[in-house]
Parts: sequence; C-alpha cells; structure tokens
Amino acid sequence: MSTRKLLLGAVFSCALSFAGAAAAADMTIGFSQIGSESGWRAAETSVSKIEAEKRGIDLKIADAQQKQENQIKAIRSFIAQGVDAIFVAPVVATGWDDVLGEAKDAEIPVVLLDRTIDTKDDSLYLTAVTSDTVHEGAVAGEWLAKEVAGKDCNVVELQGTVGSSPAINRKKGFDEAIASHSNIKLIRSQTGDFTRTKGKEVMESFIKAEGGGKNICAVYAHNDDMQIGAIQAIKEAGLKPGTDILMVSIDAVPDIFKAMADGEANATVELTPNMAGPAFDAVAAFKADGTVPPKWIQTESKLYLPDTAQAEYEARKDLGY
Amino acid sequence: MTARNLPLIATLVVFIVAYALCAMQFPAMLSLRVVANLLTDNAYLGVAAVGMTFVIISGGIDLSVGSVIAFTGVFLAVVIRAGIDPITAFVLVLIITTLFGAVMGAMIHYLETPPFIVTLAGMFFARGACFLLTTDSIPIDHPTWDFITSLNYRLPGGGRLTLVAMIMLVVFLAGILVAHFTRFGTYVYGMGGNRQSAELMGVPVARTTVAIYALSSGLAGVAGIVFALYTSAGYSLAATGVELDTIAAVVIGGTLLTGGVGTIAGTFVGVLIQGLIQTYIIFDGTLSSWWTKIVIGGLLFAFILLQRGLVHVAARRRAAARMAAA
Repeated sequence: MSTRKLLLGAVFSCALSFAGAAAAADMTIGFSQIGSESGWRAAETSVSKIEAEKRGIDLKIADAQQKQENQIKAIRSFIAQGVDAIFVAPVVATGWDDVLGEAKDAEIPVVLLDRTIDTKDDSLYLTAVTSDTVHEGAVAGEWLAKEVAGKDCNVVELQGTVGSSPAINRKKGFDEAIASHSNIKLIRSQTGDFTRTKGKEVMESFIKAEGGGKNICAVYAHNDDMQIGAIQAIKEAGLKPGTDILMVSIDAVPDIFKAMADGEANATVELTPNMAGPAFDAVAAFKADGTVPPKWIQTESKLYLPDTAQAEYEARKDLGY
Repeated sequence: MTARNLPLIATLVVFIVAYALCAMQFPAMLSLRVVANLLTDNAYLGVAAVGMTFVIISGGIDLSVGSVIAFTGVFLAVVIRAGIDPITAFVLVLIITTLFGAVMGAMIHYLETPPFIVTLAGMFFARGACFLLTTDSIPIDHPTWDFITSLNYRLPGGGRLTLVAMIMLVVFLAGILVAHFTRFGTYVYGMGGNRQSAELMGVPVARTTVAIYALSSGLAGVAGIVFALYTSAGYSLAATGVELDTIAAVVIGGTLLTGGVGTIAGTFVGVLIQGLIQTYIIFDGTLSSWWTKIVIGGLLFAFILLQRGLVHVAARRRAAARMAAA
C-alpha cells in the first residue's frame, strides 16, 4: 500500500513538473552572473541551474569574474546566439544602456536579478527581481519587538560595509520597525564589514564596553556571517548566545541554521538565492501570451525560526554557500 | 617564409583553426554580428595592445595601461559631470595620459630604472588617482556623448560596426604604418634588437624611450576613451588586469618579449584569439569562464616555446654560417 502511494506520488509529481515545463519548454536563457565572490552568490548560481532544470529551460551561465566588460561581452554574445531571454545580475549600476538597447532591438527581453541599474529608459528591461533590503531590516525589527513583548531591551547592531546599499537599507528598515517601541533601544552600532572575523572583533568590543555583556539584550547583524562571529565572541565571554542575548540577523545561510538548531541563534530573515525562479516564470508568461510583469518583482523576505532550522540546514548545505 | 614571420603565421593558423572549430559547433558564430561583436568588445584591449607592442618590441614593458584606462574613464566622467564638453575632455585626458607616459619613459631612461618597476609605480599611481577623483561608478550623461555613442554602421544580420570598433581598426592601421614605414618605427626595432649597437648607430635612445612610453600611455588614454564610450561610465575598478591581457595578446601575436621582433598585425590576431575564446565559452554556457585564462595560459606557453625554439634555431644557423665563413 505504501509502495502504491509512493508510485502515485511519483506519477503525480512527474505530471506536475511536466505541466510546469510545458510553458517554458525549449527556451534558451543566457544568464550573466557577476561571479562567485560570496557563498550567497554561489548558491544563487546553483539554485538558478536547479530551477532551470525543473522547467526544462536551457540555461547558459557566464561568470563575469566581477568585471562589467565581461558582462557586456556576455550579453552581446547571448544576443548573437539568439537566446529567448537574458538575465543579468549587474556588477555596477551604470553603463548598461547601449548593450541593453541592442537586446531591445533584437527583441530579447532582459530581466535584472538581485540588483538594479541606473537608467533613464526603463523599457530596456522587462522586470527586475530583487529583494527589498529595507523590508528585510523591518522583518528583523518586528520579530524582536514581538519577542521582547514590551520589556526593556538594549540592542547592539553589527552593520554591513559602510556605504553599501544593503547596509544602509537594512539599518533603515530595522530603525523604522523599532521606532514605535520605546522599550527597544539601539545602544551601539558599528560596522563588521559583512565578515565573520570583523563581526567577532566588534562584538568583543561591545561586550567589553557594556559591562561584560550584561547590558546587552539583543544583537542585530546585517548578515549571518557577522552574527556567527558574534556568537563566537559571546561564547568566549562566558555568556549563552540565544538565551542570555537574543540573536537576529539576515541572509539565511546554512551555518546560521546550524547555530539555530544548536540554540545559539534565534531568528534569521531570508535573502532568497532563488531570484531566477520568479524570473523564469515572468519570462514564460511574457512569451506565452504577452503578459507584462510588474517592473519590480519583490522576493519574499521570509523569517526563519529555530523550529525548522535542522530541516532548512539539510536543504541548503549543498547549494554551494 | 622566413623564421621571423613564423610566429605571425602560427598565430594566424591558430586563429583560423580555432574559429573553424567554434563555427562547426555553433554555426551562429559565423554571423557578421559575432565578428562585429569581437571587434567592439575587444576594442579597448586592441587599442592598448598597439601601444604595448611598441613597448615590447623596444625591449620594455608597460604595466600601467589598465590603470590608465580606468583613470581616463573616471576623469572623463568627473569632468563631464562638472560641465566640460566631452570633446574638450578627450583632448585634456589625452594630454594628461601622454605626459604621464613621457614622465615614465624619462624616468626609465635617465634614472636607468627597469621599466617593470617604473610602470608598476605608474600602475599604482594611476589607480590611486582614480580613487582620489571618486570612489563611485559615475554615469556619463551628455548630449554630445549620446551622439558619439550612437554612431555605428549597421551590418546586415543585426550586427553593428560601432565607432569604438572603427577607432580600434584605425589605431591598428596607423600602428602598422608607424612601425614599418617611419624612422621612429625603425628606431624602436633597433633598440629592441640591441640597445647598445642602436645607440652607436645613432638612434636617439633618450628621445625614443620617452616617445615609446608616451605613445603607450597615450594609446591607453585612447583605450580609456573607448572603454568609457563602451560603458558610458567611469569606474575606479574598471579594467583591472587589462595590462596583463594586452601583454598576452602581444606575445600570442608573435612579438618576442626580449624585443626586436614582432608585428602590430600579429597583435591584432592575438586580441581576436582572446575574444574568440571568451565568445566560445559564453556560447557554450556550461564552461567556467576561468577557462579563458587557462586556454590563454596554455597558448602563451606554446608560443613562448615556439619563440625560444626559433631563436635557438636561428642562433645555430648563425653559428654554422660563421663556421662556414671561417
């Protein structure tokens, strides 16, 4: 009986994936990826491949090694190949008008992934799939407000790279979310440069400055890597991260799920590496019956808590983070 | 067919065979559009490589070209944003870069410092100057600029022969003329062959050295303009490592790193080979783009072996001739 159920399930899921593939079948899409500078970027590339395979799309990926000139070359080559659509994760915001103009002339839709561009002519691209980094900060702030439920709470913040847009926006979102809660106070905020080592160093100095960490009720980090560094620092100071100090951060990389499963972190807000999935669907709909997607497709900023941490860790650990 | 021409012929054969293999796998690569793309996408590399060819033929090296390209772009973006007309900005930046090269050339000659060190300093200096001007990527937005970038000749099949591609072709033609039909060209070959005998034979070594590096930096300035036209922006981190790509193009094009031997036309093919490898990898879509570097590295090894082999054979032949004469 269980075998039959399994078989039925297999047949059903096959049928489902066929139905999905039918819309997008035989499409060739070129994806100009920035590079593989971070774990998240590598995961984005592997998730894009998985999503393409699910839909039966032939995805051609060109790694630009962080260089715009390589991205422009890749886009031109994709046009010459006559692909059905081009995805770009632009390394810088400027300088895309000419090459995207060529794509437009060749009637090849362009979708921006993860980042947007500076242009006066927004007809150069079909849509942009990005996360809302302000919203990510807000989700983290709201979680904290709910968690402390009116009790006084002193928060320290580990900021991302100074001047980078995710750092600015994640701070803004968080600040806005806690603004209406007078019990939550941001007492210290310093940059940890999005790295583990800097996150640890800065957290050590916070602990020293705040009476051995007694005054700190929560840590908000702009990414998980800094948070993992902070967890180290807190443990070395003889405190229990996750219990003595609440830990909330952004990105949802596998290591933070491991920390959550061990009870050392409390929440993370996901920056999904699946930017390509919604983009594939938008292009497929556009090709099928001309449905024009909205200019901005916002990915979900999902909050993850320790209850699902182990399962999420298992699902993510092989994505290349 | 002399041994001198053999590296150039080898380069051409490699290019034609490689293109044929690519076209067999992807027939779309035979289109005019791909050819036009090869020219447009590698225009900045080609322009800089012409200057580099002169430097290497003279027995030197110029590591500053990538930084000069970035500096040119950032400078243009900053001054055009400040309200200066693009054409005036072009003239200004070409004067600055040419002078910059002349100073490096003077240091190499009068301070008797290896070109490697002087141009390495130049590379850091020019890159640093970019960050002094701005740390952001600045878009260039000006009606004249828009007009210049919109200039192109539409080829049948949807490709475009862009202005930057035409600039590169003109620079290559001019480079060939200068190298083979002017006194300066003869001086450059003479200095690379044997600096001391060139000096004894009356080659003005000081003036020529200054001129060679001024030419290289000036052309890097032109390459910077081409790069800025290509992206319509100035960015401090642009064109990192381009100096190494140009050196690779020059060597693959059959120029001896020891100086004295080489052609501008060979460099052109060397640039196209690099572009071709990149195009193939993008067409394939599953290969890591680092394969570009691996293949270029392999080709470099092959060409260095070929060159050393030729030099060896030539030396043996000379020795044999001497023996016969005696």
